[in-house]
Amino acid sequence: FWDLALREHAAVNQKGIYDEALSSFFRNVDTRVVGDGGSISKGKICTLKARAVLIDMEEGVVNEILQGPLRDVFDSKQLITDISGSGNNWAVGHKVFGNLYQEQILEKLRKSAEHCDCLQCFFIIHSMGGGTGSGLGTFLLKMLKDEFPEVYRFVTSVYPSGEDDVITSPYNSILAMKELNEHADCVLPIDNQSLFDIISKIDLMVNSGKLGTTIKPKSLVTSSAGAVKKRHQKPFDAMNNIVANLLLNLTSSARFEGSLNMDLNEISMNLVPFPQLHYLVSSLTPLYTLADVNIPTRRLDQMFSDAFSKDHQLIRADPKHSLYLACALMVRGNVQVSDLRRNIERLKPSLQFVSWNQEGWKTSLCSVPPVGHSHSLLALANNTCVKPTFMELRERFMRLYKKKAHLHHYLQIEGMEESCFMEALSSLSGLIEEYNQLDATKSMPVEDFPRLSVAM
Amino acid sequence: MSVVTVQLGQCGNQIGFEVFDALYTDSHCPQGLCSKRENEAYQASCKERFFSEEENGVPIARAILVDMEPKVTSQTLSKAAQSGRWKYGQHSCFCQKQGSGNNWAYGYSVDGPRHEESIMNLIQKEVEKCDSLSGFFIIMSMAGGTGSGLGAFVTQNLQDQYSNSLKMNHIIWPYRTGEVIVQNYNSILTLSHLYRSSDALLVHENDALHKICAKLMNIKQISFSDINQVLAHQLGSVFQPTYSVEGSCHYRRNPLGGFKDQALYTSWLKPINAFNVWKTQRAFRKYEKSAALVSNSQFLLKPLDTIVGKAWNMFAS
Repeated sequence: FWDLALREHAAVNQKGIYDEALSSFFRNVDTRVVGDGGSISKGKICTLKARAVLIDMEEGVVNEILQGPLRDVFDSKQLITDISGSGNNWAVGHKVFGNLYQEQILEKLRKSAEHCDCLQCFFIIHSMGGGTGSGLGTFLLKMLKDEFPEVYRFVTSVYPSGEDDVITSPYNSILAMKELNEHADCVLPIDNQSLFDIISKIDLMVNSGKLGTTIKPKSLVTSSAGAVKKRHQKPFDAMNNIVANLLLNLTSSARFEGSLNMDLNEISMNLVPFPQLHYLVSSLTPLYTLADVNIPTRRLDQMFSDAFSKDHQLIRADPKHSLYLACALMVRGNVQVSDLRRNIERLKPSLQFVSWNQEGWKTSLCSVPPVGHSHSLLALANNTCVKPTFMELRERFMRLYKKKAHLHHYLQIEGMEESCFMEALSSLSGLIEEYNQLDATKSMPVEDFPRLSVAM
Repeated sequence: MSVVTVQLGQCGNQIGFEVFDALYTDSHCPQGLCSKRENEAYQASCKERFFSEEENGVPIARAILVDMEPKVTSQTLSKAAQSGRWKYGQHSCFCQKQGSGNNWAYGYSVDGPRHEESIMNLIQKEVEKCDSLSGFFIIMSMAGGTGSGLGAFVTQNLQDQYSNSLKMNHIIWPYRTGEVIVQNYNSILTLSHLYRSSDALLVHENDALHKICAKLMNIKQISFSDINQVLAHQLGSVFQPTYSVEGSCHYRRNPLGGFKDQALYTSWLKPINAFNVWKTQRAFRKYEKSAALVSNSQFLLKPLDTIVGKAWNMFAS
């Protein structure tokens, strides 16, 4: 993400001045100054430091980042690591490491917050199936809610795919979901299988050769290595870039100018009708914007159509055949309001919206396109199509739980009891039931509630 | 007689820029299809109404720019300054770091009281620059958070503080098929508050303006800038002075007759009284002939009913 963010700002910011847009994600620091006094708020860019805290209970990944090309972007004081890892155990992450590192995490967060003129939102990026991301991550979520109640909490959660190699991932995921239900403002679920499918599609487009495509030298599909990507080399890099693009596009309208801006607080305001129903399915189109490949621009309208197809969602879901509670279209680049309106009119008849929000669209237009492309679209849908994912998760949980398989690893952690599992399960079931009730209204005729009418 | 404009939110500020630009361009049209004397009187009058003078001759718009996030206001300020023809006052801008999040309640109950003093002070300063204040022109949208909520709050304050001045609110009616999901809530909250504190609500519907761009002007890719320019044209031709040199404030009545259809008029007014014509020789923006119609009619009842219906359905669910 930070790699792409830097590239994006570099493309827009010609003069090297530290501006409002940059300050959303980065601090400007004079590294020669020792201690905290080094922050510079205006003027030329000195050294950019990411407004981020990196947490992992084992050192491998963080060390790799610190030795990589982006090592200067991260402040060494903003890291929290341990040695042994959480063992894919939510309880270890949440209860053991949560307690152990609570103070430290809080202190680092407070420091980061102090460096901000106006803190609007936290982005939490983690996986649901593991131990640290899932356990410690959700512990952190609650802490953020208590400590910074007015700041929005956006969570990007990677859900376990069908073929997941972590056996305890259903336990971890469901224990984490309870926390997400209660403490997150907005969750963007992702799953690896969908990301992989998208990468494969891009590969196909690139290697089919029919359209005379070429890969640009600094391909954004892979990491900053710069070489032409070999197929299936380090697929996670390419998949992660998709999520990075998601976050960039989500915040583009808040960072850059446009004729219809959309801030992050507007996402929550418009797309979350009831506090519990805050799971948003996302899709990014056109696909080639995720790969920096040189494909001749297709028709603009195709971009809009694709955003609603099940093949473009970042999680296994089919929004077109489920019920929409709300939908947001965030457009970047050379697209005007008439294009937006035309496509909304065109696509609306094929989509089902809930009765009390028949025309529930939130739109935004940002003038700055993604690097190297003319336009792109991010669609966020609050749609009942997330229900199957949750139901499947519950299914897998039950298969393990019925046999009490692997349960003792959790129960031996202080503070964990079987009731934790029951509560988490009932929280998820409650959520699924909400979606069920909404789905039941799908085919019902839309009736107006009685009211005083305007005299005509 | 001067008018102080208050531009609120992204919509208000983007429109405000186009309006001032249209007014400036029009008043500086070298040929007005009228006598030189009349052209000069027209220019002077327009300038007095909407701009104040600066030392180096660049007119400054009599306007306050208000927004809860900085991007749009800084863009508007720089666009005006770059044009070299007119600009906004250096200190006429009020903005914060974090937007209102499309939340009317945030604009009205949080941002309003919190920034009341700063905003009213800015307005006061602008008012003091006027020799005689004719009234306020408040540009705002109904669908967003700042324009709608803060706009309602500011209008109320203006009612309290400047009860003798005219307050005209220019409100933008959002697209029917959603720009903002909670636009219906924001709209009815705004309208219900403005009823009590505003003297006149001048309405422009995004749908109508869009249609004009598409059907009448044949613009293929319509941008908000196009829409705002159409709007500014309409407003400009309504705002520009209609004096003739013979006597200011002298308007000629009705040589065109009125609309023939009796059903267009209310029962308590005779057609001859219901329909007023202001005619001026001086052309607007080089159009040989142009006319603008401002009407107080029932044309917004249906859209209003639709909005209330949708808001109610959302609320009652």
